[in-house]
Amino acid sequence: MSPLMPKKKEKFSIPTKYYMLAVIFICMILLGVTFLVDLPSKTTNSVVGYTIVPLQKGVSSVGMFFVQRKEMLVKIADLQKENEALKQEINALNEENIQLKQEKFELVSLRELFELDAQYSDYEKVGARVIAGGTGNWFDSFVIDKGSNDGIEVDMNVLSGAGLCGRVVEVGPNWSRVLSVIDDTSNVSAMVLSTSDRLIVSGDLESMKENHIRFSDLQDDDNSVSVGDKVVTSNISDKFLPGILIGYISSVESDPNNLTKSGYITPAVDFYHLNVVLVVKEKKQTTGEK
Amino acid sequence: MKKIIMNILLVPIFFVLQTAVFGRLSVVGVIPNVLVILVAVMGFMQGDKAALIIGFFCGLLVDIFTFRILGLNALIYSTIGFVTGKFHNTFYPEDFKLPLLVVTGSDIGYSLLMYLLTYLFRSRFHFGFYFLNVCLPELAYTLLVALAIYPLFLLLYRFVIKERVKE
Repeated sequence: MSPLMPKKKEKFSIPTKYYMLAVIFICMILLGVTFLVDLPSKTTNSVVGYTIVPLQKGVSSVGMFFVQRKEMLVKIADLQKENEALKQEINALNEENIQLKQEKFELVSLRELFELDAQYSDYEKVGARVIAGGTGNWFDSFVIDKGSNDGIEVDMNVLSGAGLCGRVVEVGPNWSRVLSVIDDTSNVSAMVLSTSDRLIVSGDLESMKENHIRFSDLQDDDNSVSVGDKVVTSNISDKFLPGILIGYISSVESDPNNLTKSGYITPAVDFYHLNVVLVVKEKKQTTGEK
Repeated sequence: MKKIIMNILLVPIFFVLQTAVFGRLSVVGVIPNVLVILVAVMGFMQGDKAALIIGFFCGLLVDIFTFRILGLNALIYSTIGFVTGKFHNTFYPEDFKLPLLVVTGSDIGYSLLMYLLTYLFRSRFHFGFYFLNVCLPELAYTLLVALAIYPLFLLLYRFVIKERVKE
């Protein structure tokens, strides 16, 4: 391989290391652009939207077939047991339901009295199907099949049956990406429903492996917050609408500074089995933006 | 020519596989990295130049689609392609062990770089945890998938890639 004596057969070609250098150079420029400019991603989004997303939709439905088969096998035995338990529960719940109906009647009249209509069942929502998971194990986001054509915008909140799932961070014409609240970079301002004490819920890869979300900065001077309390999004959050359920406190402990507390929350949403989510078509209005 | 068309088709196919199929078939919350398999095996079969370009476009797709830091994955994947391409000279279709070793190395390399660039810089120092709970399961799952699809790559090699050598 002496450079002085090239073999006859070898055609002249640029050594790959120069290609590598060029690629590194391009990537550096892209990295710089990402950090310096808030790149308007419209064009790339549309390209992906019209090429990759239709493929994903198709393949996703095939993929779902396998997922369902896999779960079915595991679950048949469990389901029989569960069925028994559920039948008993139905009886108990029926009784409870009657009581609750009476209480709800009271609640409705009281709420009218206080003009509280901020319960999240009132928000306009649109259903969307999850068509792609993340691209790796380090971050937790997923792609849904509704985009700007359906009126989805960045920062809209995403719910799944029981509670808060995440928020839209990127929108294409027919798809959008949702950053879930368990993602390592996600922080949500929240409060404990019973005492209105504020706290910060931070997604964390480390605790998510044990099915928890970490929280911190809880100010609770009277020790009134206890395990099992509901945690909802706070009214001072600038991205999330107030009063959406995040989960239940599963452990609390005092921080070394003795002023705040931190601990773990059991999320209300099963993040590993998301199929259909609801996007709230209402964005939080903040005074900071116009 | 055939080879170029194959490469152009393989990248989106594997990307869709990664996000829409494997991205949802997680086992204990971990998904395999089939893009690393593609880039590593292609580097092994076609040499560094092709794998470099395949890696670049795979990474770029990941970057556009996740839009965290544009260019980061492109850089990592093209580096993997470039390095695995260096093993092209020792490639024999009959040998199963070496490609798996190359995939292993690539996947560990990818995990380490991702940890270093996206986690360590945000002062998440608990490396042992991430290694045991993210890198190792991902590696095991990726290897399993690689074992399953490597025969398909061999078919591609026999019918598409090798032809050029004959001419």
